[in-house]
Amino acid sequence: MRPLKRLGRSFDKYWYGWAMAAPVVIVMLVLVGYPFIWGAYLSTTNADESNIGHDIGVNHIPPSYHSVGLHNYWDILSGNDGHFYSTLTWTLIWTFVNVFFHITIGLGLAVLLNRKIRFRGGYRLMLILPWAVPGFVAAFAWRLLYNDNGVFNAVLKYFGMHGVQWLAQPTSAKIAVIAVNVWMGVPFMMVSFLGGLQTIPKELYEAAEMDGATAWQRFRMVTLPGLRPVMMTVTLLGVIWTFNKFDVIFLVTEGGPAGSTDILVTHAYQVAFANIRQYAEAASYGVVILSMLLVFATVYRRSQAKLEVQA
Amino acid sequence: MRRSTAAKRGAGIAAIAVLALAASACSSSKSGGSASGSAAKDPASVKGTVTWWDTSDATNEAPNYQPIIKAFEAKYPNIKVNYVNVPFSDAEDKFKTAAQSGSGAPDVLRADVGWTPAFAQLGYLQPLDGTPALANDSDYMPGPYASDHYNGKIYGVPQVTDTLSLLYNKDLLAKAGITTAPKTWDELKTDSLQIKAKTGVDGTFLNAASYYLLPFIYGEGGDIIDASAKKITVNDATALKAVGIAQDLVKSGAAVTDVTKDGYNNMQTAFKDGKVAMVVNGPWSTADDLKGSAFSNADNLGIATVPAGSVKAGAPVGGHNLVVYAGSKNLDASYLFIAYLNDAQNQATIAAKNNVLPTRTSAYSDPQVANNKILSAFEGPLKNAVGRPPVAGASDLFTPLDTDYQAILGGQKSPQAALNDAATQFAQILPGFSKS
Repeated sequence: MRPLKRLGRSFDKYWYGWAMAAPVVIVMLVLVGYPFIWGAYLSTTNADESNIGHDIGVNHIPPSYHSVGLHNYWDILSGNDGHFYSTLTWTLIWTFVNVFFHITIGLGLAVLLNRKIRFRGGYRLMLILPWAVPGFVAAFAWRLLYNDNGVFNAVLKYFGMHGVQWLAQPTSAKIAVIAVNVWMGVPFMMVSFLGGLQTIPKELYEAAEMDGATAWQRFRMVTLPGLRPVMMTVTLLGVIWTFNKFDVIFLVTEGGPAGSTDILVTHAYQVAFANIRQYAEAASYGVVILSMLLVFATVYRRSQAKLEVQA
Repeated sequence: MRRSTAAKRGAGIAAIAVLALAASACSSSKSGGSASGSAAKDPASVKGTVTWWDTSDATNEAPNYQPIIKAFEAKYPNIKVNYVNVPFSDAEDKFKTAAQSGSGAPDVLRADVGWTPAFAQLGYLQPLDGTPALANDSDYMPGPYASDHYNGKIYGVPQVTDTLSLLYNKDLLAKAGITTAPKTWDELKTDSLQIKAKTGVDGTFLNAASYYLLPFIYGEGGDIIDASAKKITVNDATALKAVGIAQDLVKSGAAVTDVTKDGYNNMQTAFKDGKVAMVVNGPWSTADDLKGSAFSNADNLGIATVPAGSVKAGAPVGGHNLVVYAGSKNLDASYLFIAYLNDAQNQATIAAKNNVLPTRTSAYSDPQVANNKILSAFEGPLKNAVGRPPVAGASDLFTPLDTDYQAILGGQKSPQAALNDAATQFAQILPGFSKS
């Protein structure tokens, strides 16, 4: 009763705020909550396209799927489905390598562009361009570059070397998709760091210079600590985005050759839509992916909070 | 771009299908249900918009449908046709999504023969028995028509039929001193190496899609499944031998391949620009080939039956059907549209312009078709073509097999391991089938 009473009192006091928030809350419940609960339910069944049930014109097909408990999860986590652990390993490598390059290159460019140089506006504009290009356009453009008759091979052939089928071998295909994603992700990091850099008080640098700190020392002792709040947020965001980065993989290689560049989300998509539509198994993949990201986000925030206290 | 099929079965099965069709056509016309009631409607009174998803090639084939659609709209002023070109590779997915969600599906779809029974099984298609869509249906070739029958009903009409053949660049073969097209995979290997040595261009471009693996498997007397024994045979000794031949073509340098998403397009570009001498492909690709520099003289394009393995030469029968979405709000207009689009005259016109093979027997006597060299060149290959098992899930087998075939050609998996993996996936798609 107590919490309810408290809730009631808070409602009396802040009814205006509640009313303002209500539409968002309702929309979120409909758009996020319902599909999530439905997906979680489906993951405990054997639903696929043939038994999910539908009415089309003269045809009435009643739903005939039934509960299978945690079978789908067991199938995935025990490695029985033959895809989970190999895909997970590559997903983790993909995420780590991408975020590493996003942050280092983004930070480097931000520091460069934070100085007063000529044509700074022009450089910033050019570097922000990859971000402005829609993902699918960028992916198709890169696919053309990697093609047998593409620019990269034209350059190789110009120098008398053989062309390479970039997207045909697992290793080169993996490097290729990482290159595309790094290219697409750096601008966001750069802009975020540029914003962060501008919040660091100039006096700190002046003081450091007075104390005789070298450029490297100023970067390590002033810039990096000053960027920590931004760094923490963009790393978390970067990890979540990259982990679930569907478009680059799907549009550049479609997971190929032979599934070697499939990350968890593209694999889940293929389970759900590429052939016989196995909704239940795909839903289980969805829940597994979400759980992993939730655990990561919680652990990461905790560790960062601890660091902050120490600092 | 894969073409799947379930069209031509043995002559016996085809005959049974024709009998079944005759029986079902009789019964529905006698019963006088709602379907045959619509047949009696005055066509001029039918109103509505027919949305047609056409899956033919957007640049080479699609424009040739426009005059026919205009003529149809002139004949039926109350019917509008909404023509939508959907890329073949996306169409199955798009249609499934739209059909299942109950909105956005077209009234009429040009469906691969392999999809038709699968869609019918899922309840997405409207049975056409007793409707005007089946007008003059005794004229259809029994093989292609068989793919429209599912559970005793008819779910579509065959629009085009096709099979894979060996397409070759006559100039390049002549330059290498080769006078006749290779008749076996062994000859193809020798000839390809000779072409490469003498002319510098690649001998053969092997499409890494599993549909194009079938001629190798049929060549050894095998198949990917045995429907009558309910057995998965994709990993048996014959299939393994067949995959070995394909793999050896690539390893020995006789053939080049491309396991990426752009593989099919790269194959087409290389062939039509004269950068490769031979490919295995279907009649649908010839309209594109003839636009290339290598075939500015159309006589340079050679067409032969696919090379034989140790047992025989065989390629799968493919093709497309016109089917009606069960949820269509314009059923009557859709039936009329299909009947019009698929009458012998229009079939012949499309066949001649797009180099696709008609499904109506009478269309072949039309001078446009009879005098078309490319179409007549496909007659031989079509005779040797192999029908695939009449199983609803058959067209779904290509997706997992594609992955495993790519892994073999790319050297990531041993043939036996990859084929065993395919067999495991087949078992999930075909309940009741045993693995060998």
